[in-house]
Amino acid sequence: MPETVIETRRLTIAEALREAIAEEMRRDENVFLLGEDVGVEGGFGGAFGVYLGLVEEFGHERIIDTPISEKAIAGAAVGAAVLGMRPVADMQYSDFLFECMDELVNQAAKLRYMSGGKLSVPMVMRAPVGATLRGAQHGQCPESYFVHVPGLKVVAPSDAYHAKGILKSAIRDDNPVLVFEHKLLYGSKGREAAGGYDLTAEVPTDDYTVPIGKAIIKRPGTDATVVATHVSLYRALAAADQLASEDIECEVIDPLTLNPLDEQTIFGSVQKTGRLAIVHEDTLTGGWGAEVAARVADDCLAYLEAPIKRIATRDVPAPAAPVLEQAIVPQVETIVATVKEMLG
Amino acid sequence: MTAPEQTPGDPADAAMVDRLYRGMLLIRRFEERVYRLFLEGEIPGTLHQYHGQEAVATGVCDVLRLDDWITSTHRPHGHALAKGVSARAAMAELDGKRTGCCAGKGGSMHLGDPAVGMLPAIAIVGGGNTVVTGLGLAMKLRKSDQVAACFFGEGATNEGAFHEGLNFAAVEQLPIVLICENNLYGASTPFHRVSLVPDVAERAKAYGVPSQIVDGMDVLAVRAATADAVASARAGAGPTLIECKTYRFTGHSRSDARDYRTDEEEAEWAARDPLLVLGARLDQAASELFEASVKAELDDAVEFARSSPWPEPAEALEGVYA
Ligand SMILES: Cc1ncc(C[n+]2csc(CCOP(=O)(O)OP(=O)(O)O)c2C)c(N)n1
Repeated sequence: MPETVIETRRLTIAEALREAIAEEMRRDENVFLLGEDVGVEGGFGGAFGVYLGLVEEFGHERIIDTPISEKAIAGAAVGAAVLGMRPVADMQYSDFLFECMDELVNQAAKLRYMSGGKLSVPMVMRAPVGATLRGAQHGQCPESYFVHVPGLKVVAPSDAYHAKGILKSAIRDDNPVLVFEHKLLYGSKGREAAGGYDLTAEVPTDDYTVPIGKAIIKRPGTDATVVATHVSLYRALAAADQLASEDIECEVIDPLTLNPLDEQTIFGSVQKTGRLAIVHEDTLTGGWGAEVAARVADDCLAYLEAPIKRIATRDVPAPAAPVLEQAIVPQVETIVATVKEMLG
Repeated sequence: MTAPEQTPGDPADAAMVDRLYRGMLLIRRFEERVYRLFLEGEIPGTLHQYHGQEAVATGVCDVLRLDDWITSTHRPHGHALAKGVSARAAMAELDGKRTGCCAGKGGSMHLGDPAVGMLPAIAIVGGGNTVVTGLGLAMKLRKSDQVAACFFGEGATNEGAFHEGLNFAAVEQLPIVLICENNLYGASTPFHRVSLVPDVAERAKAYGVPSQIVDGMDVLAVRAATADAVASARAGAGPTLIECKTYRFTGHSRSDARDYRTDEEEAEWAARDPLLVLGARLDQAASELFEASVKAELDDAVEFARSSPWPEPAEALEGVYA
């Protein structure tokens, strides 16, 4: 067999997402982008610069600057998708998704089912999450609201390779897919928050996709399973590094997709380690971690050697003061302490 | 800063000019200070600043009583100072200190204080436009003569909330004054790209709400229009919309290089600086006095904020429920 060399280069998540959209727009003329401040000349290229340069290539017809009208953004995406377009809709902050809950929950999620399977809604909604000292209405992680809705798929990539690949899968998927990214992980600025980890990743130059519904084992281990996303994932990896120096080996899993959940990978890991902690920046009560915990309890109870632990943001709105924000969001030390507690 | 009782259409007497000038100057210098402190790392998070729009908050709030209410936006510093949040309490809030007007929990985008009739600012664009109807409804049901004023940008008028709130206020004839600060851009997007109707005042007509356009760089014009609207609301004659044509002198938020605007446009508006417009009525000595007293007030506020304690981490868990 001839050896195939995969050419790669290091990209940030923002760059990787931009490439994914550009490549899909080149590949399929049905793909288009709509959102606030996405293509204005001299503007921001979206709230976090992900779309910089796209309007120059694709023009205003396919990079649509909308009014500040989230209901119209989501509703237009639903309608266009029904007719076979593949809209990529943008929310500047995921906190604004509550403006278009009806379009997402009552329309996008249900049209296929309500039509007896005659329609599909191949749309993508991108939304940045995470507390970044901006207070209660710009710091939420609302993934769990959508995990709850049958008919929606929810993905949450945390590195450039998977972000690019799964966004492409989302665009090609025939269902509505919400893509949640963390604001601190777009570029290199969030490195400190992410436990010092390099936030760029090797990304192939050739076309590739990453499947929806498949988790990634970020670090193999035998003593405890830690499932985490976004900044919490990097903190879990940092915690695993620390624990390794005390001969505790964590298996760190990035679920990547929150619905449908990759039960096989998670169950397999828990059956091996006998212990599970879930870490997320969403608040605790009703968070997606509870769903993971419930499923593992259902299926793997006999393997568990300790109670399942959830490490989540405390059940309060995001406060603005740095000292308060720090106090409510999961930190490396809490993860370390919790894993030790599970190990008795 | 709440004015002594004024009757609508009061001619601008010297005391009013002084009061309005100092009010605007306080906001301008506060914002300049805040910008520096942000660059120096003292203020965390981000900022949406009010330089250039001072005449709107100052003119409107000068007419309001302490027991009238306002709703505000992601750009609330000017509204807060004008409605009576002290420079100390605002500065401490921006610093994330316990002595801030929201105990460090709100931050820049949520300044406010019920004690002075200001709801914590709403950072969801258009968010105030529906909530203000409830303030107005409570005032109407209780037969009080209070009014509620709602500040919002022209960008917010493309949210469904603007239309729902406006129509509801109209049919219920609520004691509300809607203050649109049309600064031409919502973030980077010029209004003409997202509305075929150039004037927000026009939109009010569709709901049977009287409206007018005023020069938002002229604090006396803003004040006069607001005085009429407030008098009408107090008298039970329902809502009015005032569209103030204005301009923000800074970027949308702290990371904005403003490449979507031209230097010529910025220069044109800089020449209409509300402090210059009103300043023409002041003599040099008076404006120097105001500079000195504002500087003293802000020195004190910065010092107060700096020396105030951080909240205790455990305070993060308090105050979720009543
Ligand atoms: C519902 C919602 N959508 C989007 C945003 C992001 N955003 C914050 S300010 C802003 C522009 C607002 O423009 P305008 O209402 O004209 O007020 P201005 O910033 O000019 O004061 C946008 C899009 C938000 N905060 N809330």
